[in-house]
Amino acid sequence: MLNDPKNYKENVKAYQPKVPYFMNCFKAFLVGGFICLIGQGVQTFYMHVFHFSKQAAGNPTVATLILASALLTGFGIYDKIANFAGAGTIVPVTGFANSITSSALEHKNEGIVLGIATNLFQLAGEVIVFGVVSAAVLGIIRLFIEHLF
Amino acid sequence: MSKVRKQTWRFDQPIYLGATGTVVGPLEARGPLSASFDKCYEHLNCGQKSWTEAERALLRRSISFCLAKAGKAEGDIDLFLAGDLMDQTVTSNFIARESRIPFLGMFGACSTSMETLATGAMLVDSGFADNVLCAVSSHNATAERQFRYPTEYGGPTKLTQTFTVTGAGAALLTKEPGKVKVKEATIGRVIDWGINDAANLGTAMAPAAADTIWTHFQDTGRTPDDYDLVVTGDLSAVGSPILDEILLEKGLDISSVHQDCGTMIYTSDQPVSAGGSGCACSAVVTYGYLFNRLAEGSLKRVLVVATGALLNSSTPKEKDTIPCIAHAVLLESAKEG
Repeated sequence: MLNDPKNYKENVKAYQPKVPYFMNCFKAFLVGGFICLIGQGVQTFYMHVFHFSKQAAGNPTVATLILASALLTGFGIYDKIANFAGAGTIVPVTGFANSITSSALEHKNEGIVLGIATNLFQLAGEVIVFGVVSAAVLGIIRLFIEHLF
Repeated sequence: MSKVRKQTWRFDQPIYLGATGTVVGPLEARGPLSASFDKCYEHLNCGQKSWTEAERALLRRSISFCLAKAGKAEGDIDLFLAGDLMDQTVTSNFIARESRIPFLGMFGACSTSMETLATGAMLVDSGFADNVLCAVSSHNATAERQFRYPTEYGGPTKLTQTFTVTGAGAALLTKEPGKVKVKEATIGRVIDWGINDAANLGTAMAPAAADTIWTHFQDTGRTPDDYDLVVTGDLSAVGSPILDEILLEKGLDISSVHQDCGTMIYTSDQPVSAGGSGCACSAVVTYGYLFNRLAEGSLKRVLVVATGALLNSSTPKEKDTIPCIAHAVLLESAKEG
């Protein structure tokens, strides 16, 4: 019975397309895992060719992935991969880079300061806010636990 | 002009769609209706530097095609009615700045196509204008930016989501005899049945379309058999069956004559999720494909019901539900027999 404005939201669910959760997870796993594989390859490359320690190779590895993601965004390829992969491309650092690069591109016409700089973290801002806040909260919890035991 | 019951206008004098102009982007050009459009741009930027400029180029070109086909100059037009999806409908405003025709900007989201056409026909019928130019535009990238995410942002698309049509459609309303008549218009009410998912506008808008279509049949006393087509604007593959079901429950079966512009404009294998949407969706299908078929007489009577979701990008985040509207315009072939 759809002719019931009060319960429409509930009754209309039968008419909605089924979300292929399993397939979405599988695609995300595949692409996300592949990005991690590339990251691992890059890290190994820095360790063997430039003789970085495992820890020291971390930063240039992340920077390389960010650069690659930004370039793919600029060439209009990243969003097509992401449309297929879903969370597989959003969760890794490449997704963060894409959100920043795409915002910068979108607002380029409004100028460097008020366009790019103002809107750069339009989408990534929430990640930073929750990252910083949760780090602070967890830091305080850790401090208490260390003092108690 | 006469009022039929509360919501329907019947134009007593013959009013014609003198000429139309339709321009679309690359994805629409690869769709099944591409032959009916005047121009298809090969790239989304339409040869411009920015998406906003690209949308203006679309609107500008659709108008120039329309006027050229009608053999009219801008000076012959008494009134220009236009709208689009941008904040403060800037695309239309900026094109009106160039055209210098007296201008009324209109906004009914994706229902603006039929909102301008109905209002234009009413103004011609009542004698306030002889020639009225109606036009709307939408652009996939400007709409993405306005309502969703930056163009190049990578995120999954929901199955219920629609894809904003890149294009513009213009139509000239006149009393000079032409091939397609504008006979009636049914003005819709704003309907909100509690959907607040901006990625599921087909479901949100179906009750509004149902209300307007139901009212149209009540007001005119006709049945769906009297129509060759009842075409909705952008209910998409998700909203269309819902509309049919809502009306069927009330005892009105339109399923045999109902089609949706959003599913007509693309093939099912194009990457558009549930189908096309946007002001241009109903406009280019109506002023291109449907206009041609009415003009040649292969369709006699078509009801175009343009649907609009009256939200902005903030209201769903503020937990507001989505008010929707639908306006219907009845078009008839002027060809005898």
